[in-house]
Amino acid sequence: MPGVEEFIPSCPLPMDQYPTIVLAHGGGGTLMHQLISRIFRPVFGNPFLDAGHDGAVFALTGERLAFTTDSYVVHPLFFPGGDIGTLAVNGTVNDLAMCGARPLYLSAGFILEEGLPMDTLWRIVKSMGRAAEEAHVQVVTGDTKVVDKGKGDGVFITTTGVGVITHDLAIAPSSVRPGDLVLLNGDIGRHGIAVMSVREGLAFESAIESDCAPLADLVASLLGAGIEIHCLRDLTRGGLASALVEIARDGRVAVTIEEHVIPVCEAVQGACEIFGLDPLYVANEGRFVAFVPPEAAESALAIMRAHPLGASACVIGRVVGEPPGLVTRKSRIGITRIVQMLSGEQLPRIC
Amino acid sequence: MKFLNEYRDAEVAAAYGRALERLTTRPWTIMEVCGGQTHAIVKFGVDALLPREVTLVHGPGCPVCVTPVELLDKAMEIACRPEVILCSFGDMLRVPGTARDLFSVKATGADVRVVYSPLEAVELARSNPAREVVFFAVGFETTAPANAMAVIQAHRLGLRNFSLLVAHVLVPPAMEAILSSASNRVQGFLAPGHVCTVMGFSEYERIAQQYRVPIVVTGFEPVDILQGLHMCIKQLEEGRTTVENQYSRSVRREGNTRAQALIRDVFRVCHRRWRGLGEIPQSGLALQEKYSSFDAEERFGRAGPAKAESSECQSGLILQGALRPEGCSAFGTRCIPEHPLGAPMVSSEGACAAYYRYRLSAAGNPGPTGIS
Repeated sequence: MPGVEEFIPSCPLPMDQYPTIVLAHGGGGTLMHQLISRIFRPVFGNPFLDAGHDGAVFALTGERLAFTTDSYVVHPLFFPGGDIGTLAVNGTVNDLAMCGARPLYLSAGFILEEGLPMDTLWRIVKSMGRAAEEAHVQVVTGDTKVVDKGKGDGVFITTTGVGVITHDLAIAPSSVRPGDLVLLNGDIGRHGIAVMSVREGLAFESAIESDCAPLADLVASLLGAGIEIHCLRDLTRGGLASALVEIARDGRVAVTIEEHVIPVCEAVQGACEIFGLDPLYVANEGRFVAFVPPEAAESALAIMRAHPLGASACVIGRVVGEPPGLVTRKSRIGITRIVQMLSGEQLPRIC
Repeated sequence: MKFLNEYRDAEVAAAYGRALERLTTRPWTIMEVCGGQTHAIVKFGVDALLPREVTLVHGPGCPVCVTPVELLDKAMEIACRPEVILCSFGDMLRVPGTARDLFSVKATGADVRVVYSPLEAVELARSNPAREVVFFAVGFETTAPANAMAVIQAHRLGLRNFSLLVAHVLVPPAMEAILSSASNRVQGFLAPGHVCTVMGFSEYERIAQQYRVPIVVTGFEPVDILQGLHMCIKQLEEGRTTVENQYSRSVRREGNTRAQALIRDVFRVCHRRWRGLGEIPQSGLALQEKYSSFDAEERFGRAGPAKAESSECQSGLILQGALRPEGCSAFGTRCIPEHPLGAPMVSSEGACAAYYRYRLSAAGNPGPTGIS
């Protein structure tokens, strides 16, 4: 049989320069960072923004405040373990908590699509009320806009939050030091798989619930015990992997993690195997990593494990000095591999 | 998790690494055919456990990579029609055609949907009678039975608004084309376990005999791959060239005969162009005449002629170990991680990106801090 003239295996290069916005620009990966570095930072750049943290921290009349904002678009609006309302409160509460702040006040902006059933809005707002109560924050200002049918996806919510910082630590990527240990408060991947399963109508033997939860109380326990926290980051879009790559890049350190100690529940692992997804990149809404000096790790772990949101907390890795920006993982067969950020969200693989 | 953890056991993997070390006396180049195997090798770092003498060449068994540009362009053209819902497996959306990918086409308003099964596309056609639902049927023998089932189901339901854009490819002709190539360096194969679950492995026996290469049907977990390599290298060292089955927990010699009957009922073998390889005779599947009304190319026009892609990238030679990254004239100048010309510079695991990073570090430069 005639062979190919020359056998040159090669892969087509995925696009990385799009003339229009594509969904992947919102995926928490390299395309989103491209938007930030090429469009937003050149215009808005300032030391607060350049810190690359979950929120800005600044002092007003002597008191340090944290300030953050986030928009919530999720389909479907209701999923096992939460809805867009709980996400909108907890997500912003968590961003404040990751600055080491005690969340105080939120704003809520609603973009509603014509035709949205009043009952749906009522359910969402009631969830927001419950979530705010649980997180000890108040929604103190808001806004409502309605767009034509077909120009929204039911409800979009933007929440902005303010919190107060009552300690002297500088909790930020720039405070991370070689030797620091990386602590994780629980098993990963629940939120992403929960939303995916209802969005795609996939039924698993056991329902997987989102881990959506407010983390401020757990962070306050750590701070209250005097734990010297260097950095905190909640794991949202892009999952654990993207959060670590961001911190390594912004803190100019290297991070190494051990895959076999990272908790993933069997249902999430099974779903990931079926779709060819890596749990390290699957979204979470109630998980975070804490970077602490080694001498503080044991007490930090004990405090986390005593809290309902940290029962399975563990050390997943540590910070090393070189080379800056590099995250590596020791695979299950003991080999070190580089962890990189994806361009957008993970896509289910055909093979 | 049962059937996974035992095949990802670090001690068993290390033991196979040592066994391979003892077994290997000469350089051997082995191709793992399937993209799923390549993925596992890269993800777990299986290559790091191999003796220096063993070179792995990543094969053409990645359906999204080998789908020819003209069919991708056709899919995008069809997707842009206002009446069409184009359904595809997720990872096809990021594969570039001539000028764009399905992601960008979706961003311009085309109705492109990710499905997990072709039967979902059939259901979409049934529930949207005013729309034309087109399923982008890519893949090897593994996805062919389900795609065949979708056609049969649509036929049973009497759907007139459902069609397939068929880009199916077959493994054995591609292996033969590689073995017949003047530049071939492959001395043994790990055959794709899932393809063989459907097709069995009798058709590989002729290839092993005719081209005098050992072929080991292999699974997808690290220990599977290491065991497959051990079986393959053992044959090479002993001068044997037969087909062996490492993946016996899934594969039988005769395969899944009912699935094969479905494929034969719905598809016929045809010539197919492969991206990166060119046209390979009798290497694809097309719809049988009796199902031609479900052919998207009948409905929306044939894909255009073959398109030549020129690239300065010499990734093929680098992947085969025939060229070192710094030997490429574009390395570090026109090709850097921020502006890659080819895949090995894109991924941080890629040979060129790794060389680039460490060369900079060695020269005392701070090195790139971002991981792009």
